[in-house]
Amino acid sequence: MDDLSDLYAEVIMDHQRHPRNFGKLENFDREVQMTNSSCGDQISLQVKFENEKIKDLKFSGMGCAISMASASVMTEVMKGLSIEEARRFSDEFLEMVKAGKIPSDDLKDAKVFGGVYKYPMRVKCATLAWYALQKAIE
Amino acid sequence: MKKDFPILSTVLPNGKKIIYLDNAATTQKPLSVIERISNFYKFQNANVARSSHYLGEQTTIAYNGARKTVADFINASEDEIIFTSGTTESINMIAYGWGDANISEGDEIVVMTSEHHSDFVPWQQLAIRKKGKFKVTPLNADGTINMNEFKKSVTSKTKIVACAKMTNSFGVINPVEEIGKITHDKGAVFVVDGAQSVPSMPTDVKEMDADFLSFSGHKMLAPMGIGVLYAKKSIIKELEPFLTGGGMIDEVKTEFTTFACAPDRYEAGTPNVEGAIGLASAIEYLEEIGMANVLEHEREILEYAYSKLAGVERVILYGPKNFEKRGGILSFNIKGIHPHDVAAVLNSNGVAIRSGHHCAQPILRFLNIDFMATARASFYIYNDKSDIDVLADAIEEAKRRF
Repeated sequence: MDDLSDLYAEVIMDHQRHPRNFGKLENFDREVQMTNSSCGDQISLQVKFENEKIKDLKFSGMGCAISMASASVMTEVMKGLSIEEARRFSDEFLEMVKAGKIPSDDLKDAKVFGGVYKYPMRVKCATLAWYALQKAIE
Repeated sequence: MKKDFPILSTVLPNGKKIIYLDNAATTQKPLSVIERISNFYKFQNANVARSSHYLGEQTTIAYNGARKTVADFINASEDEIIFTSGTTESINMIAYGWGDANISEGDEIVVMTSEHHSDFVPWQQLAIRKKGKFKVTPLNADGTINMNEFKKSVTSKTKIVACAKMTNSFGVINPVEEIGKITHDKGAVFVVDGAQSVPSMPTDVKEMDADFLSFSGHKMLAPMGIGVLYAKKSIIKELEPFLTGGGMIDEVKTEFTTFACAPDRYEAGTPNVEGAIGLASAIEYLEEIGMANVLEHEREILEYAYSKLAGVERVILYGPKNFEKRGGILSFNIKGIHPHDVAAVLNSNGVAIRSGHHCAQPILRFLNIDFMATARASFYIYNDKSDIDVLADAIEEAKRRF
């Protein structure tokens, strides 16, 4: 039994190797920069809204596998959601990672980050992009 | 040696034996220290210098004895030794207790880029409070101090120079004797951060001619929450008490208070007696080994680790190649892997290292290090070469995974 697999699930490794929605948007409504000072992770998130929905979003930055994969998964989950849904889904993700709460299936691939709860030192890595998203939809 | 440290037989839930290589963050405690503290509570505990009953006397004797042990260990005298909670409090005590009264607008404070945040932020904040000039000395590419730049930065306006004898990020041993001489030639006060060096090598405050020296117990086999500020006799009179209250007074009137003599005047409140006694016990353990032997052992492990990892594909090693300039700390990165991920793979092999900025962001930023973070393995008396073999294998696994 590989005890790293609950931290580095195959989905996480895949997103780390091939981050989705990585880069910069040409047109965006909100841009958020965030850092995780304890690790040095940095993320820049750009969001384009249309009719109260997240039309498009991209991220760039650097950090550990968990923080980068989490950002990549977040952009996939969020694209096309209403702001209300985005708020609810991100709350659900944060409660899963920080408090170990079982999430609904709405979180899709993001559910693989549930294992991070057992690694308190990595919670900040996994939550960075989701806090950036929450700031962007404030 | 390892048998003296019960925690080193820890087995992780996955069955791997712990390999503790995070000694620059904190060291483990030998049974003799643990038992000394336990015995203090079993047989001695009372408040110090207040209660004139049997237990109070026993505690006071032990506490004063601890101060003597610390003083002898660094070639100081007892009235130059102030017990604090650790290096951070020690340095803040200087910054507030001496700095606030002696720094005024335009005065300069010089530090090194390689300082730990605890020997960086208090000086930066002092400069901001007093409208002084905060000067940060650049480094060479290997993390050593650029001495030419340092010489230029110390002027007749310089009031304080602060420098670690050994850096916690790369384990560089700085030439403090030379730095102290340049500092004193300009009439400035020389403050040495000994948090990393005092646990690892012989320390003689007279030889390094430090005006102040700080260190922490927990990095040298003693408990957390105990530390030391050494203040040279000629300057301690200028140090104002940073905390006031019980235990530090001579006479309290409604209008004013006179303070006790040093060192009591700097130790307001009930002190950390178990910490002081634990520190003395740790010093006795280290002296049994001999501090020169501690450094020699750390270097032997460092050289072995260096020889195993130098030239390994994707592995970047930081710090000077001349081992005479180093203690037992090896900061490294693996190209393309964030150090937190390296640490996670190492941990799954039982290997405990530190990853991140090591409370030393300025040096990492100055040297433009990938991810602004490194992995850091740090060695102490109980590590051996087989620990390094496990480390090297785990590094190979990290490379395979990422």
